[in-house]
Amino acid sequence: MKFRFAFLLAGLVLAATQLALTQTVVLGLPKTIEAGSAFSIQSTGAGKAVLYIVGSGQVLRRDVQLGETTFFAPGDLHNAGRYIAVLVGASSTENGEFDVTAARQPAALSFLAKPSRLPVDLHDGISGVAYVFDTYRNLVLAPTQVSFQLSNINGAVQTRTVLTHNGVTWTKMDSAAKEGAARFVASAGNATSTRVIQQVPGDPCHLRMSAQPSGQRLAVVTEPVRDCSGNAVPDGTIVTFTETYKGGEATVDVPLKRGVARTEMPAYNGAKLSVATGVVVGNEIYWGNVR
Amino acid sequence: MKKALFIAYPLFAAIFVLAADQPAVRVEPTNSLGPRTLEKQTETAVIRDYLQAWHSLSGALEQNRADLLDADFVGFAKEKLASTIREQTELGVHTHYQDTAHDIQLTFYSPEGLSIQLVDTVEYDMQIVDHEKPVTTQHVRARYVAVLTPTEVRWKVRIFQAESE
Repeated sequence: MKFRFAFLLAGLVLAATQLALTQTVVLGLPKTIEAGSAFSIQSTGAGKAVLYIVGSGQVLRRDVQLGETTFFAPGDLHNAGRYIAVLVGASSTENGEFDVTAARQPAALSFLAKPSRLPVDLHDGISGVAYVFDTYRNLVLAPTQVSFQLSNINGAVQTRTVLTHNGVTWTKMDSAAKEGAARFVASAGNATSTRVIQQVPGDPCHLRMSAQPSGQRLAVVTEPVRDCSGNAVPDGTIVTFTETYKGGEATVDVPLKRGVARTEMPAYNGAKLSVATGVVVGNEIYWGNVR
Repeated sequence: MKKALFIAYPLFAAIFVLAADQPAVRVEPTNSLGPRTLEKQTETAVIRDYLQAWHSLSGALEQNRADLLDADFVGFAKEKLASTIREQTELGVHTHYQDTAHDIQLTFYSPEGLSIQLVDTVEYDMQIVDHEKPVTTQHVRARYVAVLTPTEVRWKVRIFQAESE
């Protein structure tokens, strides 16, 4: 009698377990997939169910047959991020998590080069920042080599190669001694991005003028105004001529035209003429007999 | 006295509920952010605006309203979240994100000050609702990489991407 009861009990337990097994759904998820690649999710059990794949980057829902493999085509899941998968069967729900990572191959760069215009001969004056993206505009978080190249008009090239950290990297470059446009190129894999940096003359460095009588007045003119690297300072830069004489002072502001500034001043005997532009002071001229 | 208690009780209850909804936030000390020094005021503003972005994200994905992203997201981040909202709307699904903890580390401040990157180990509860029927709620822990850029009055999230820790 005792044995018969135990046998019955064992049979009941086995039947209940088998019933539970047919109703329980189990989700076979990949741990990680690359953005945009094909993948599949395996389920066990029997009957129909709904599969949800949800993340802040994408949401998918599929009607699935339990016990079969659900296939996802290339491009179905292309936004990198953390996703939860939920399989909802008739009597049970199974959850899981997986990651979609950016493709390792860079496809695009977001390249910020600053400034777009700067004086020549400036150490670390140009900065470049590059964010690396895959073809689906996911930030490539795996370390990636980025090459920065600054080519100047005279052929001088500066190159730096750096690794990204969390999808971003940066560099600094010197502006050239010679004025003109420079091409600033960032490249990673087949992705390339170019910016043009305009290098303009710096502040005037040497300022020298001469004076000649012109009727009752004095004609004053500067030599071509250049920066410390020998580049011509742009026309329009203001040059100030000052004449001090007994009991008075006269000042004239003149813009550079074709590289020089010229004007006429009163010809007082014993006057002192000076010239300046920006923070640079030029030579002085004493006119007449008295110094 | 009784009247005062009647007023005070809902007030305290409201404060308690508000406090309970706030996530725990920890900001890691910043050692080196690369080429530019980060001022404390900037750091505070970036963290404040980033946490506000989570609040906007939660509201936008729960109500399926992309316009709620406008104040805090730009660029790729906004486009991708708006696309998620479109997918949710088409499927009749909405999701509720309740962030419970943030562990934030600022990792990069660009030399010209035009972008700042942070890494956030965030914990949140995500509830999925299909045609007004709750499907599941799951606790998630993920590492988010976010890039914020300055706009007229605030920092906005331009890149927003999660990965496993």
